[in-house]
Amino acid sequence: MIEDHQTQQVPTNWRDAAMQQRIKKRYAAEKRFRLFGFTTVIFALGFLVFLIGDVVLKAFPAFTAAEIQLSVTFDSTAFGLARTRADIDAAEYGAFIKAGLAKRFPEAQNRTTKRELRELVSEDAERVLKAAVEANPDLIGKTKVFWLPGSDIVELYVKNQLNAKGVVGERLASDTMLARLNSAQSNGELRKTFNTRFFSAPDSKHAELAGIAGSAKGSLLTLFVTLLAAFPLAIFTAIYLEQFAPKNHLTDFIEVNINNLAAVPSVIYGLLGASVYLGFMEMHRSASLVGGLTLALMTMPTIVIASRAAIKAVPPSIRDGAVALGASPLQAVFHHVLPSAMPGMLTGTIIGMSRALGETAPLLLIGMVGFFGDIPSSFNDGTAVLPVQIYIWASATERLFAQKTSAAILVLLLFLIIMNATAIYFRNRFEKRW
Amino acid sequence: MSKKAFSLSLVILAAEILLTNGAHAQARSQISIVGSGTVFPFAATVAERFGKTGKFKTPKVEETGTGGGMKLFCGGVGPKFPDITNASRRMKASEAKLCSDNGVSKVVEVKIGYDGIVIAHSKAKPNFALTTKQLYLAMTAKLPNGKLNTNKNWSDIDKSLPNQPIELIGPPIVSGTRDAFLELVMKPGCAAAAPAIAAIEKTEEAKWKSMCQSLREDGKYVIGSENYNLTVQKLVTNPQAVGLFGFSYLEGNADKIVASPINGVPVSYDNIASGKYPVSRPLFFYIKKSHIGAIPGLKEYARTWASDAVWGTDGILVEKGLIAMPAVERQSSTATINALNELDFSKLK
Repeated sequence: MIEDHQTQQVPTNWRDAAMQQRIKKRYAAEKRFRLFGFTTVIFALGFLVFLIGDVVLKAFPAFTAAEIQLSVTFDSTAFGLARTRADIDAAEYGAFIKAGLAKRFPEAQNRTTKRELRELVSEDAERVLKAAVEANPDLIGKTKVFWLPGSDIVELYVKNQLNAKGVVGERLASDTMLARLNSAQSNGELRKTFNTRFFSAPDSKHAELAGIAGSAKGSLLTLFVTLLAAFPLAIFTAIYLEQFAPKNHLTDFIEVNINNLAAVPSVIYGLLGASVYLGFMEMHRSASLVGGLTLALMTMPTIVIASRAAIKAVPPSIRDGAVALGASPLQAVFHHVLPSAMPGMLTGTIIGMSRALGETAPLLLIGMVGFFGDIPSSFNDGTAVLPVQIYIWASATERLFAQKTSAAILVLLLFLIIMNATAIYFRNRFEKRW
Repeated sequence: MSKKAFSLSLVILAAEILLTNGAHAQARSQISIVGSGTVFPFAATVAERFGKTGKFKTPKVEETGTGGGMKLFCGGVGPKFPDITNASRRMKASEAKLCSDNGVSKVVEVKIGYDGIVIAHSKAKPNFALTTKQLYLAMTAKLPNGKLNTNKNWSDIDKSLPNQPIELIGPPIVSGTRDAFLELVMKPGCAAAAPAIAAIEKTEEAKWKSMCQSLREDGKYVIGSENYNLTVQKLVTNPQAVGLFGFSYLEGNADKIVASPINGVPVSYDNIASGKYPVSRPLFFYIKKSHIGAIPGLKEYARTWASDAVWGTDGILVEKGLIAMPAVERQSSTATINALNELDFSKLK
């Protein structure tokens, strides 16, 4: 019968016009699908390139600072006769700067133009002068030329970002200010420098002084606490649930809850953190310890789920083999299953930590959004974290903060790339294949 | 690293964190400041200046609104409660009661300067002048005749005003700016529009409040955010709306928004400082006296304010938009800081 069937079958005529039509249609469908897929990838890549390009272009100017040259006279009457340490501390360095500026730009007479003069030099200049006198008390009574940090207006000017057009009163610099800047520029009294302060200084209310170091260290401390709190707890939860727990309704219930917790919006963990850590345990508001513990609550379910998947992926034969050779269940788990599952667990952990790094919502509720003018030195110091810093700078009015926002985004992205690269390294280096 | 060494170091680190926390649980070495969004830029600037002297840590400054700050500040005594709260109005008697109920009975009140409240809108529309009476009639929940406010357009109140819908973006209820609007605009506006009702302030307080101090709730008063930069952005995208905020935000955004003169007086630094501009208010901060000595640097922080280089007419805060106090008031505030004179709660309203 089968032979009959074969003999009766008409061989496919591939050259038949209808067949050719159908084949063409099939190929066209495939081609179309590939084209669509390729276009979406290009589209997504285009967005990414645009986004990163935009951030990088805007961030670039933030790495330049401006300095202004000024001849400063340290009037000895301001220091007292003994010139003790206390005298050096107490001297009003702003007055030396004012005097130096008034000498350089003698045309400033009335109150407004004098105030404008002071706006050429950054607040930090006083500390530069103080440090100079502390290092060399012989400067008292003498005159020396300094390169002082320029104000935000000077910084915008040297970057050609100071809008010189427009009606007076609607732009940052008045005509006299612009005239002064132009004369200083043509005399070579302004210079651009690399903005090391951005990487070494904490946040500031003066746009030209604000740096990323405070919030970057805040992020590191917070993540460290998160890792210490979440990792061991999550790993042991995963091992217990996967290897030791009896299969009953209670463990099913716990499993469902852990899966649900991973999907809870992060801001809710902030409320929990505020009431438990701040209200009940009386920890310090805005501290990285509280932030870290709050983020640990959020990260733990993610790590548990990833770790359980990693343990499940270890072939049962490994465990059975160990037990067959006389290992106790505990030894089988800790000597054989866990080392094999570790790369997967670490990858899951790092992915959970990357999510914690970018989180702001829960931190709003425990007071980590505010002004923190120090680099935190302990887990109890109030601090911001990188994404919060980005939010704060993005809502500031001074134009320089817009550049700093983009630069901070770059730093945050760098952090994320490093963490994800570590995850990939762990996976490739230690992953076992069976 | 061997597995044992790794787990051992983890345990040691964990213990270290717990120990440092345990040791610090009772003491805090960093001043904690909360309170008004209007005072925030000034407080943060002074905190930074104070921190850069290098002797103490820079205080942490949070924006919680005047009312929110009072609630945290009056929560009790101890390191978990803030040491200082900033306020864009005086402490209320109800807040003083909360304070003393929680054991915060000794509080030092320091006046730091003035702020003008401005009614501003986008530059895209021509500027128009307002009076406190017109603002009252635009914003009150009930009109003097006792009926609900039905004024839709500014021109419904006065033909000289533009024919555009009334829409005022103002701060939320915890804000001192809103309290000041009630006190400095609604109250005199009510007195001008309906003297008979203003006269019952003492005798029938509840009725007076509902007539003179209640803002309408039909969407004409839009509750914005404590972050006034967002309000400014909203004004730019919606030129029909007017916004309510402090003078410093007007100064910082002079290229985008313009303020209406009130009662014929244009908004300017000099007009607010001289008291000609009707809607200006004093700004304060409050120190918890029992924290002095327990939290290092608290007294020194307060003294950082008391210098002409900071709150004087040429000081750094004027650059940030503060209206400086006259010299006499600066002297009396300085005396309060130096002597740490306690605030008499019974004199608060």
